This record gives sequence, structure tokens and C-alpha cells, in this order.
Amino acid sequence: MASLSGQPGSGRVRFATDGARAVTAEMLSEQPRRDLVKGTIFFALLLLALTVALVGLAAIIIQAAVNGAPAISPTLFTNGPSTINPSEAGFRPALIGTIYLILGVIVLVVPLGVGAAVYLEEYGDREKWWNRTIELNVQNLAGVPSIIYGILGLAFIVRGPLDLGFILAAGSLTLALLVLPTVILAAREAIRAVPPSIREGSLALGATQWQTIRRQVLPAAIPGVVTGVILAISRAIGETAPLLLVGAATFVTFNPTFLGDNGYSALPVLIFNYASRPQDEFRVLASAGVVVMLVVLLAMNSFAIWLRNRYEQQW
Amino acid sequence: MHNVKYKFPAGVAAAALLALGVAACSGSSDSGSSSNLSGNIRIDGSSTVAPLTEAIAEGFQSENPDVKVTVGTSGTGGGFEKFCAGETDANDASSAIDGEQKKLCKEGGVEWEEIQIANDALSIVVNPDNPVKCLTVDQLSSIWEDGSGLSNWNEIKGLSPSYDAELTLFGPGTDSGTFEYFTEAVNGEEGNQRKNYNNVGEDDNQTVTGVSGAPGGMGYFGYSFLVENEGTVRGLEIDNGDGCVAPSEKTVQDGSYTPLARPLFIYPSAKALNDKAFDQFMRYYLDNVNDVASSIGFIGLTDAQLSENKKKLDSLISG
Repeated sequence: MASLSGQPGSGRVRFATDGARAVTAEMLSEQPRRDLVKGTIFFALLLLALTVALVGLAAIIIQAAVNGAPAISPTLFTNGPSTINPSEAGFRPALIGTIYLILGVIVLVVPLGVGAAVYLEEYGDREKWWNRTIELNVQNLAGVPSIIYGILGLAFIVRGPLDLGFILAAGSLTLALLVLPTVILAAREAIRAVPPSIREGSLALGATQWQTIRRQVLPAAIPGVVTGVILAISRAIGETAPLLLVGAATFVTFNPTFLGDNGYSALPVLIFNYASRPQDEFRVLASAGVVVMLVVLLAMNSFAIWLRNRYEQQW
Repeated sequence: MHNVKYKFPAGVAAAALLALGVAACSGSSDSGSSSNLSGNIRIDGSSTVAPLTEAIAEGFQSENPDVKVTVGTSGTGGGFEKFCAGETDANDASSAIDGEQKKLCKEGGVEWEEIQIANDALSIVVNPDNPVKCLTVDQLSSIWEDGSGLSNWNEIKGLSPSYDAELTLFGPGTDSGTFEYFTEAVNGEEGNQRKNYNNVGEDDNQTVTGVSGAPGGMGYFGYSFLVENEGTVRGLEIDNGDGCVAPSEKTVQDGSYTPLARPLFIYPSAKALNDKAFDQFMRYYLDNVNDVASSIGFIGLTDAQLSENKKKLDSLISG
């Protein structure tokens, strides 16, 4: 009975097993050695790429820490700049300037970036040429050199239409424009990664599109958005050229404010200035400044990463 | 499952706004007054002059804590752009205001005055292994002028001793006052310089590294960089027809280091000179500049220069 009923089936089964055996044999015979070598080389290349990136980072950190070691002390965080007495010099006004700048950037860039991303992903009709134009331009803007944003900031924010003057808020606005494309792109990816089934389920239950976005899509997209913000502030914190254009000064001894029109400073500007001085003491200070900046950046990013992990979820 | 979570961003935004608010409030409440002077003084301009102005500002602020002085480093040209738009009170300059900048200030309705605050020796530096001790201005010009094709030291006319090494040139960016001064003094016209050189931008330390690493290296920068890097690079003597003269405090002050001894200036605006705090700052500048100058690598004013500029400032302030 088994043989009878299995006759036509066993033919197919034999055909299938023969095929599978042939494929397996082929994979196990000659191919594997070559593939194994290829696989190993590829893996080694990946490791190499990772190593280059990490070694580069480590080199920067170690070099800054070693060169800056003589100047590293708590007074770096509490004292102002000094040309007469570099051993007592610190970065306090520049540090506060940088923190305000970045806070300003975050406050501006999160709503704008997420808003733009929600429009492009949830509302914008890709069939329409203007939406495609916006998309293309956002991607292009992400690659525009920062000095261009500096010129833009000087012409439109500091002077021109907005006419804010050389105030810290103008610096924040300029940096926000600079990193906005990064945040938009990251937020779009995050929104796109939310499974359509979530949206459909929400809509099927009677929620409006806005309710769906607000209650389902955006909360789920938080980790991705936060990643974008991390990238954005990491870039913004180190920018020097646009800040020089929009009025960041090197020598500021008092704590800056957002709207005070008596000037402000920022860490990268002061570091850049110190690094190009002839005296060794200032170059040591510049290295110490790099350490200060890294501390600030890592503190900000750790908070962001903590936030991201809190909201991370599996579907 | 998101009901609880979605509220968090609002909380973050609120916290950030709160921080903004606190910051804005703390800004508006200026507190304390131990000196009768108060106000803001904004100075921008040459990064060469900035350390001197910063040192002066530091001393001035310790005596007048309510006067807030800031110093920027946009470069001589970039600084004049802001100064002539009325956005700064004074501009540091490592070369005198030029025609274009004068026009800019006229258009902006900014009246300027010129006060010399220090001297500098624009120094030509070479690798310490280079046997050449002295170059004439003509030789220098043949190396640096626009269109110069010299690529080896032995192509320089009349060079002694002869030296066979590839000519590797380092110079500052075209926005720098040092570039302006050098090109005018050596090549006869501002901006006239060969294009194929290593442009170090505003970072003169790169010139030090570059010249010390190339046997036939040559570069130029302010005197303070030579003082700090003596041994790593060597300063060349310059012959302007009256024999070889090395850059030094003495040769600059007695006028023999030509044509590369240059005055450093600050340009206050007439409007700023109406302000009492600013006037005091300018007086403090000239009263203390020579004490500070040499300690941070600048060449001080001669007695004649000092009294002349003090007199000028007096007349500007009283008039």
C-alpha cells in the first residue's frame, strides 16, 4: 500500500531529494573553499574598516588627552580665557556658549525636522513634482558645506530679513539650519520603519490620520529621531566656520545669554584660536579644550542614547 | 501601548524651553557694580593682533568688571566688513586699511581712526639645514611673485652659497593681513603672489611644521611665530639695498628691517570714541601695551610712536 500510493509521490520526492543532494554536494565540494576564503577576506575587510574608524577616534582622544594633560584641571570648567596668564585659563564662557547653542539647536531642530518628516512620509504625495523637489533638495542640503550656511546665517539671520545681530540665538538658528537635513532624513527613516500594519490597525479602529500619527507613529519613531538628533548635535557642536561668520568671538570673559547683544563664544572657536597661537601653552590649552568638548558631547549623547534605549521596541 | 510613552517628548521640550527661559532671564539681570564704567565693547579683526587686544582687554576688565569686552578673530578683512557695517566698535588690523575697505566704511557711514599699537617683523623662515643666510628683496620677489616658475633653490639668481633643494613654499591664506602686507611689500602689489604654494590659511603653525620638514622649505609669518620656534625654523636676513638685516625687536624699532617691518593697528570708529568706557579702554591700551607686548611675542612701540599715538588719541577723545 505504501508502495502503491507512494509510487507517483516517491518519484517526485526522489526528484526533489536528488536535486537537493546535488546542490548540497556542489556547495560542499569545490565552492566552499573558495567561498570560505572569500568570506574570510570580506570579514577581515569589515574588521579592518571598523578598526580604522576606531583607531582614528582613539588616536584623536589619546592625543588630545596626552597633549592637554598639563592643562587639565577643574579650573578648565570654571575659569574664563586668559592671554596674560594661560596657566589659569579656562573655557567656562565658551562652554556655556556651546551648551546654549546646542540647546537652541535641539529646540529648533526637533519640531521642524520631525514636522517636515511627517509631512513627507505621511501626507506628501510622491506623485506631485513639488514633493519630489522638496525631497531631492533636503538630501542635497545635507551635503552643503557648513561655511555656506554661515554665509546664509550672516546675510539672512544676523543681518537682512531677520536682523537679529550677532547674538547667540542667531548662532543657534544657523547651526539648526545646518543640521536640519540630517534630522529630517533620520526622522523620515524612523517613520518609514513603523510597520504599515500599525497604521492600518489604528485607522481601522476609527482613529483619524492625525491621531494615528500622534499616538502610534511618532512614539514608535522616537528612537530613530533621537539617533538623528545625536548625529545632528555631534556635527553642530564641532562647527567653527559658520560660527565665526555669525559673530562668535574668541575672547569672552562673561557668561553668554541667548539674546544678549554683547557677544558670545563657543568651544570650537576658542580651540581653533588657541591651536593657531605661536606659544606652546595655548596649544596645550587647545588640546585640553578638545577634551572638554568631548566630555560635553559624550554627556549629551549618553543622555540621548539612554532616551533612545528607553523607547526602543521590537515589533 | 504607546499611551504613556508619547507624552515624554512634550516633557523634554518643556524642559528645554524652561532652560531657555532661565537663560534669558539671567541675561537681563546685570548685577554688581564696583567701577563706575559700564558698557559693551566689541572688537573684531586680525587674528595676529587679537592676542594683544585680548591681553589688554583682560587687564582692563579686571579693573572695570562692568565693561564687557569681546574680541573676535575674523581676520583683518573680515573684521573690516563688520566694522564698516557699524557692527563692531573697533577693528584689529595687521595691515593698514586699504582703498576697498575705506570705500566699504564710507558706504556704511562709519568714520574710522587709525591708532598704531605695536610693531611686527614679518619673518621669512627656512629649514635650519639651509645654508643660505640672506636674501635680497628682488630674490624674494622672484620666488614669490605671480607666475614665478622657480622650483629649486639653485634657480634663484645670485644666491650664495648655492643650495640644491626643492623649493617648498608655505604662506597664509589670501584673507590674511599678513598676505596683504607681504605681497605689497615684496611683490609691489597687494595680492600679487604665485598660486602654487601651500596655503596654510590662518594656521601659521602649519608653516612651522611644513618648513621644518622640508629641506628647501620657506614660509613667512609674524615675528611671534619665529620667536617661539627658533631652532625648529630659522629666520632669514633680508637685504633691501643696505646690507643683510635679521628680524629682531631692535632692527624693527630702529627702522632698519625693511621692507618687512610692519605696524599693527587698531581702528576705532568715531561713534565708539564718543563712549566714555571705550575711551578709557583705548587710553588703557596705549598706557599698557608696551608692558604686555614683549611677553606675548609682539614688538612694542618706540617712544616716538607711543607719544605720537597717545597725542592722536587725546585729540580724538577731546575733539
